[in-house]
Order: sequence, then structure tokens, then C-alpha cells
Amino acid sequence: MGIAFAIIAALTLVSGIAAMSLRNLVHCALCLAVTFAGLAALYLQLGAQFVGFAQILVYIGAVAILVVFAILLTRSGEPVPHPVVSRSAIVGVAIAVVVFSVLTKLILSSAIIHRTLPDKPSPTVKQIGTQLMTYYVLPLEVIGLLLTAATIGAVIIAMQEKKKALPSLPVEQGKVHAELHHAPKAADDLISQP
Amino acid sequence: MIGDFIKGLFLMLWRVVSDQPDAKADLLPVFAPPLQPVISAVLTVSPILIVFASLFALTTWIERKGLGRIQNRLGPNRVGPCGLFQPVADGLKMLTKEDIVPRSADKLIHFLAPIVLAVPTMLAFAVLPYGRNLVPIDIDAGILFFFAVGASTELAIFMAGWSSRNKYSLLGAMRAIAQMISYEIPLIISSVAVIMIAGSLSPVQIVEQQSGYLFGGLVPHWFVLTPWGLAGFVIFLIASLAESNRSPFDIPEAESELIAGHLTEYSGFKYALFFMAEYFGMFAVSGLAVTLFLGGWHAPFEFLDFVPSYIWFFSKLMALVVLFIWIRGTVPRLRVDQLLNFAWKFMLPMSLLNLVVAAVWHFTAVWNFPGAILGRWLLGAVMIAVPYVVLGRALTGSKKVTLRTYRFAN
Repeated sequence: MGIAFAIIAALTLVSGIAAMSLRNLVHCALCLAVTFAGLAALYLQLGAQFVGFAQILVYIGAVAILVVFAILLTRSGEPVPHPVVSRSAIVGVAIAVVVFSVLTKLILSSAIIHRTLPDKPSPTVKQIGTQLMTYYVLPLEVIGLLLTAATIGAVIIAMQEKKKALPSLPVEQGKVHAELHHAPKAADDLISQP
Repeated sequence: MIGDFIKGLFLMLWRVVSDQPDAKADLLPVFAPPLQPVISAVLTVSPILIVFASLFALTTWIERKGLGRIQNRLGPNRVGPCGLFQPVADGLKMLTKEDIVPRSADKLIHFLAPIVLAVPTMLAFAVLPYGRNLVPIDIDAGILFFFAVGASTELAIFMAGWSSRNKYSLLGAMRAIAQMISYEIPLIISSVAVIMIAGSLSPVQIVEQQSGYLFGGLVPHWFVLTPWGLAGFVIFLIASLAESNRSPFDIPEAESELIAGHLTEYSGFKYALFFMAEYFGMFAVSGLAVTLFLGGWHAPFEFLDFVPSYIWFFSKLMALVVLFIWIRGTVPRLRVDQLLNFAWKFMLPMSLLNLVVAAVWHFTAVWNFPGAILGRWLLGAVMIAVPYVVLGRALTGSKKVTLRTYRFAN
């Protein structure tokens, strides 16, 4: 706690707000990456090394990059001309305030705040690994299976696009695609000829 | 006060040079207790920066001289003896050059990108054990920390490419990110084999696991001398070449296609920062290769153990860097499709297979008939070599591979 926490919390909050309200989508994505970094710093400050580093590795190294790629591949990343805050913003703010106050009231009236906190745990990476490979081995394997299935599914979707989507395209587009598709092969043939 | 300070400073330097623990023990009490953590951090960080910055300067000189030698020319030979002060001249030139920012560039992100790139590459130096008692930070999840900070450099390259508002920059950045994501997977999986065998994510403990010698002190207990370690080392080396955007994987800045990729719109010292970050990344990843596979700071033979440990670490590091330069001078650049196919269809299966071989090596450790080590070695080698040949043949397919002749080289 103290100054470090205040700085990290402020950075996380401000970048989170910026990620929601900036006009340029790429700026938003970069602000989101700063938010992720702030969260990682919070985890590290709490002594959760593994979670903190995994947060950086997964969210900044993969998720932020994925977001940025998605923005660039779907639209040009130009700032949108109309204002980001829409007319229904007031209703949204009102709903948010109501939900927040209800939740605050519930939490304050529950027994949670009277509970004594347990001793601060200091899980080492080794302990987490041992737990994952012994007590939680079944959930771990289920997740592994799920992710493998998702990966294979992604590969299959990508493969179908190449083979089956071509004939169903309109003639002109199909022609261009077919040419693009066959171009590398033709180049290969050229190279392999003596 | 001043006498104590100087005495502490000399004791510290002596302890570092002579490989003793607790180098800062005599210097720190000179300062007031609240200042001590800060002074301690400065004393730890500044040598890293000084040593690697001078290694960077030296490496640019070695690279230019070496490439010159390979390409049958002289290389830099005007500034200082054998052109040794060329890096100084280059640095001064970079500092005094005008910093040009394109008018349509996103100024803030264009400015931030080199900084966001340089900081994580320097952070990666924090967890490497440089010597017996020279570890900046000894944390439990050191390898994880290394890969986490390494992964955050991709965003910086994107920032550089996107904010320049130049199609070459953007294309280069996209290529760089695709390449770095693809090669990060074999890089991490090949080091997972080491983590599995060592049973630890801490670089210090991984180096400790590689201590000791076999056959009368002539063969070190390094992981690279096991079948899975050798295969893992080669995979790691290829992947780290791609991660640091070095030739033959320098597609993101392929001069003939993309001018300089994401560096196109950078000039002056910002360009130098990018350049420095690239070399620092190469040092860091070579340092990790030394730590994981080449026994860290351990001497190659037992009778050479008297040589200070950090000398061994940096000799191995520089040997790897020279190997990188040699590869750059020898191998032509790949195409993008070749590069990604190679990563996903060859490197990834081989690195996954390497995990299995490491597991077999681990479970055959109970064998105790005569010649057990040889048997384990042969088993592991066959398990890697057969799929290597089969996969290689399958991927080459019907393409005819013939010996090329180069008229002018012969």
C-alpha cells in the first residue's frame, strides 16, 4: 500500500477510462495494454509473481496484439467522425450508479466485511505447479483438451476457407481469388524447372 | 566517511573481480539506512548497463569487421586502431543528427515506441546469473519473467510501425509481429524441456543443476550434451535468431522490399535506440541460451574452474553472438511464407517432440546396466533424428533440391 499502490491504481484507472473514451481505436487498444500492465503491477505488488508475469505474457503479449491486429484487419484505424458518447449515455450512467449503489449496500450489509482476513499467503511458483499437477490435474487436463479442440477447430476453419469458399464466390471475385491462390504454385513450378 | 567510501568501493570491486559473495557488504553501511536500498539498486543496475552498452559497441565493430571479412572487403578501418573507435564516431553522429518526425505521424506514439521497446529488453537482463555470485535479482519465476518482458516488445514494434503513417513501416511491423509470435512458441517450448528436467523456473537453480563433471572432469554436466538438450539448443537458437529479427529472419526490415520496415521513419538517436534494443535483445536471448543449455557460468573443464565464473559466461555469450554474425554473413534471407511454414510445420512439432524425448531421458535415468548413458543417448538421438528426417522429407515434398553452383564464388 501507499504511494506505489496509488500510482499504479491511478494509472490503471486513467488508462481504462481512456481506453473507453478515446476516438482513435488504436489509441484505445494501446491504453487497454497500459491497463493490463497496471493490473499486472497490482498482482506483483500483492506478491503474486506467477499471476503477474502470466498477466503480462498473456494479456500484453497476446491479447493486446490480437486486438490491434483485429482493428487493423477490419477497418483502417481512422478516428470515427461522430462523437463517441451517444445520447443514451445518461441512461447508462444512471443504470451504472443504481447497480453500483445496490452492490455497495449489499456488500456493506453482508457478513463478509466482519470476517477476519487469513494470513497473507505466499504461493511460490513451485507450489502452484505442484497443486496443478496433483490436486487440480483433472481440471487442467480438461482445459488442455478444450484448448486443443479450439486450436484444431481454428485450423479447420482456416482450411475450409481456402478450398470450399472459392466456387461459391461471385465470378469476378472468384477469378481474382483463384489467381491469387494459384500464383505461388506457378512460381514454385518456375523455380523447380532447371 | 570518504575514506570508508573509497575502501568500500575498492573492496566491492575486488570481490566482484575475484568471484566472492556479498560484494556490497562494506560499501552499503557507509550510507544512511533509508538510502541503502536505492544505492544498492543503483550499484546493481549501473554495471549491467555499462557492460552491455560497451558490449553493444564492441559487437557492432565485430559485426562490421566480420561481415567485411566474409564479403571480401575491409570493413571500418579509419577511426582508431583497426577501426575500433568506429562505434564512438557512429554514436556521436547519431546524437547530433536531426530528429525527423513525419508530419502526419502520431507524434506521441512515435516518440514512445523506442522507449517502450528499450525498457523491456533491458529488464530482461535482470534475471540472468552472470557469475557464481552475480545475479541481479534471484526470483523464483525468473524464466517466466524473461519471457513476459520479451513478449511486451511486440507491442512497441507495432507502435513504431503504426504511428509512422508509412505503408512500409506498417507492413514491416505486421511482419515482425507475425514472426515474433510464431517463433515465440518453439522458443518457449524448447526451454520448457529444460524447466521440466531441472524442476525449477529459477535461472540460478537451472545453472546449479548443470554443475559437476563426468569422466574425470573432462565432460561438463551441461544440458546441451544430452540428446534433448542438443535438439532443444538448436531449436532455441533458430527461434532466438527469429525473435531478434536477425538474418536470415530479417524479413521485417528486408531492405529490398520494405526499405527498413518499422525503422523507416526513425532517424537520429531514436533510430539508435531501436538498433540498441535489437542488439540488447540478442544479448539477452543468448544469455538465456547460455543459462539454459550451456551451463551458465560453469567452466567447460574441471581444471579450468579457477578462472572467474563471469568470464565463462561472457565468453559463451560472445561466442553465440559471433555465431549469429557468422550466420548473418552466410545464409540468404527467407521469404515470408517459408518463414511461417518453417515455424509452424517444422519447429513446433520438433519442439513438442523434444519434450517427449526429455521425458524419456528423465525416466530412463534409473537404468544402471553398463553403458547405460550410451544407450540413453542413442535412444534419444534416434527419437529425434528419425522424425527430423521424415518430417523434413515430407515438407520438402516433390520439390527437387539440387546443388547450386555460384559462378562468382568459386
